[in-house]
Amino acid sequence: MSDKPLSVIGGRAPRVDAWEKVTGRAKYADDLTRPDMLVGAILQSPLAHARVLNVDASRAERLPGVKAVLTSHNSPTGYFGVSPARYDETLFAKDKVRYVGDEVAMVAAVDHETACEAIDLIRVDYEELEPVLDGLTAADPGKPQVHELYEGNISGRVEQEFGDVDAARAKAHIVRTDRLSNKMQNGAFLEPQCALAEVDGRGRITLHSSTQSTHYVARTVAMVLGLDEHQIRVVLPRVGGGFGPKAAASTMEIATCLLAQRTGRPVKTMFTREQVFLHARARHQFFHEMTVGVDRDGKLLFLEHEALLDGGALASFGIATVYYAGSLLGGPYRLPTMRYRGKRVVTNKPACGAQRGHGGVIARALFEMQLDRIAEELGIDPIELRLRNVMEAGESTCNDLNMSSLGMRECLDAVRTKSDWVERGARKEPGRGVGAACGFFVSGAGYPIYRSRTPHCTVVIKVDEGGGGVMVQSGAAEIGQGCETMMAHVAAEALGIPLDLVRVRSGDSDLAMDLGAYSSRTTLMTGHATKQAAENVRHQVLESVAKAMDVPYEDLSIEEGFVKVKGEPGPLEALRTEFQKEHRGWKTPDDPYLTFLEASRIAFLDKGAIVGTGQYRPPPLGGKFKGAAVGTSPAYGCSAQIAEVKVDLETGQVRVLRVTAAHDCGRAINRTQVEGQMHGCVSMGFGEALMEEVVFHPDGKIANPNLADYRIPTSLDIPDIDAIVIESNEPNGPFGAKEVGEGGIMPVIPAILNAIYDATGVMIDELPASPERILRGMRKNQ
Amino acid sequence: MSQRVQSPVCGTESPKVQAQARPRIPKRLVSLTVNGRPAEIAVAPHQTLIELLRENLGLTGTKHGCGEGDCGACVVLLDGQPVNACLVLALETEGRVVETIEGVATDDGLHPLQQAFIEVGSVQCGYCTPGMVLVSKALLARNPSPTALDVRTAMAGNLCRCTGYHKIVEGVMLAADRMRNQEDSDEVGK
Repeated sequence: MSDKPLSVIGGRAPRVDAWEKVTGRAKYADDLTRPDMLVGAILQSPLAHARVLNVDASRAERLPGVKAVLTSHNSPTGYFGVSPARYDETLFAKDKVRYVGDEVAMVAAVDHETACEAIDLIRVDYEELEPVLDGLTAADPGKPQVHELYEGNISGRVEQEFGDVDAARAKAHIVRTDRLSNKMQNGAFLEPQCALAEVDGRGRITLHSSTQSTHYVARTVAMVLGLDEHQIRVVLPRVGGGFGPKAAASTMEIATCLLAQRTGRPVKTMFTREQVFLHARARHQFFHEMTVGVDRDGKLLFLEHEALLDGGALASFGIATVYYAGSLLGGPYRLPTMRYRGKRVVTNKPACGAQRGHGGVIARALFEMQLDRIAEELGIDPIELRLRNVMEAGESTCNDLNMSSLGMRECLDAVRTKSDWVERGARKEPGRGVGAACGFFVSGAGYPIYRSRTPHCTVVIKVDEGGGGVMVQSGAAEIGQGCETMMAHVAAEALGIPLDLVRVRSGDSDLAMDLGAYSSRTTLMTGHATKQAAENVRHQVLESVAKAMDVPYEDLSIEEGFVKVKGEPGPLEALRTEFQKEHRGWKTPDDPYLTFLEASRIAFLDKGAIVGTGQYRPPPLGGKFKGAAVGTSPAYGCSAQIAEVKVDLETGQVRVLRVTAAHDCGRAINRTQVEGQMHGCVSMGFGEALMEEVVFHPDGKIANPNLADYRIPTSLDIPDIDAIVIESNEPNGPFGAKEVGEGGIMPVIPAILNAIYDATGVMIDELPASPERILRGMRKNQ
Repeated sequence: MSQRVQSPVCGTESPKVQAQARPRIPKRLVSLTVNGRPAEIAVAPHQTLIELLRENLGLTGTKHGCGEGDCGACVVLLDGQPVNACLVLALETEGRVVETIEGVATDDGLHPLQQAFIEVGSVQCGYCTPGMVLVSKALLARNPSPTALDVRTAMAGNLCRCTGYHKIVEGVMLAADRMRNQEDSDEVGK
């Protein structure tokens, strides 16, 4: 972290994209049109598990207005997916369909109605197979095999042990075992996925897509279509939320490119809301069982953890998910020993993948509930129990995650002070409860999804030839989290210029390379690359100024847009005169110092184009064991929250009255945005704790594939949230910054569940904590 | 078992079709006012207001989130009242006045709601923002001094997955405050 006081970072400047978004001018994928554009539509399987006997598209092909029909007969049939070791998806079902929504065919037609009509004309003969729908029994002997690659329906298995768990267990004063499961959750971003593909005269594809990763999508499209990477450009228009499910390349995106290739015309495809549910790639269903032991003082001794993940029909991000489910319990407490056995099964349901708090949310919820029960048994305040165990900055977990900064203690202190925690006993009334919890999350995955020593991102900053403005160019994915604003802040700070001189273009694979918006990586990683590129520009500009002024380079600085020589104006007259001669008719610059406008123009006259580049690759990270790549990160953000609830003891209905949240994000780049991420985390965790559940019919169809029956929190559900920003000094972060986008979801569910326990004595073991489940629990306790 | 199964996509019950184009349904003219300007558009009877706005007029600020009236991303003001444009048939707007997000800012600049949304950070992905601005504008027109609960109640049909609504409510309260103060000072000026 810089010792210099910061002038831009840490403020509350508006988002760079706010104006276009409040005026309706922001363009999302579906807002784009092209002359002669065709509309794509997808035929998806209505059956959860069936052999595909025959696909007859001849009538669809003959329908006037239909320009191309794709099936497995005339499309690439190779596997693709997320993790190369588990490529298991094909563009279209060939022999089998594996879930309701599995893609069978796609058409491009002159309009939406014709495309839908053509879909209806495709005749598919299926032979129905017994579907596997229950994750708990999916791997039982004799079950039908869901996917040819996954024998026994197991797509991932983890066995890890850190330290001697059995020895620790022998010394434990309290040992308790508990269980918690959730239901499949949906991302429920407001913008359904949409893709627009076009092919230029040389055969190069441009794909505008509502995605979280230009890079992975470009690679996947290129691989499947047999192109080199340079033959495809992926661009993000404005994206209406992602939260994880938009991080993986999809059949819809790839096949839309293929349709554009086949027809020679632009093609746009957009999911319906139902298709968002059918495609999903959202939160897994987790089944956790944990045994945890502490000594007489409440110090943690061991954690034995078994997890089963129902992954749906395909791997997607799931191998990372099953590792995260274990590794994200290593902190933020001193846990000397840990054993983890994780298993991910495949079933005939939509594939699950990454979603905010990837893999760790339900595991964290159970562990934090257990801590509360242990505190109760020991007669210790639950926050006090946590404080006795929290790690300090610099320590490493038993699974080798290094907490290079960690404001966990500060977060706990902050939420305790700012909430009613201390008075909670005195104000005890029936049905009211208070609960606390903590959590932490990575600031970017330490390794890319495919094995490579690739930089995780590059950033190019180009100075306007006329001087003054700079353009930050990046492949990073602005999905609403505010990374363009982050880049503008970092570039302005590193250059020493005001924010309004910085423009940002992101989300374009032609501009720079970036792995995308997942694992809360962008602030730390793309932030680093931006800083490096800006420092590079600064160096080039000051080099020219030093030469022109004939002063030592070391004496020069740029502060708030002015070039200073040891803090003084320095010999700027000759430079200013030259600038003025070029700018007859302009207002004469009369600033006491040389402006960045003048200085960068001088640099251009001296050197030509001033372009600075930056890149980021994480330093070597801990862990030599299998699976160490999932969980290791250059830095970790952490969070503590307190939830206050009121449970209607007659109906079991829970109202969350207030959430007090504190998050250590390192140095806050922009406070407003940090708070915004914290609010969003609380909102999504709230939904998962109390209302969200993808419901399946016995035949594998989704019963609630819409936003009326799949309920996400509304403005009337969400309580007041007090978001407290805790800053630490993260040595591995740009200007000391680290994640905030996902760590904040970790404590939400357990804080609410602990509050429900406080209110009712019911320990929820199945989410969502619906009124029925709470009532059932209360009856059982009576 | 061998069976032919209809695809679940497109959401509509399609009639039994032959391999030929459906007969075109004749369009009808509809006259309405959009953002203060008269418009006369030929629409198919099944066309919705969101389609009219986005496809015929290119007003893409009105967002498509679900097509079923569940999310509120397509909220526009119809004669000053918030409606889900996906649930209104284009023909129903004959002679009526529609305001979309594109019509909220005036020659004098941004509407106080837009200004406040920018300042307090009410915007993240932005997909719900047009609907949020319009539903709030309608609220402030009928209730210039809303409580936070009034604001939350007014936007209960507008989903947001990014913000937890917190800073949106804050933005509306700030705008309401400023609009009242503006009105007070206008009164004083008279």
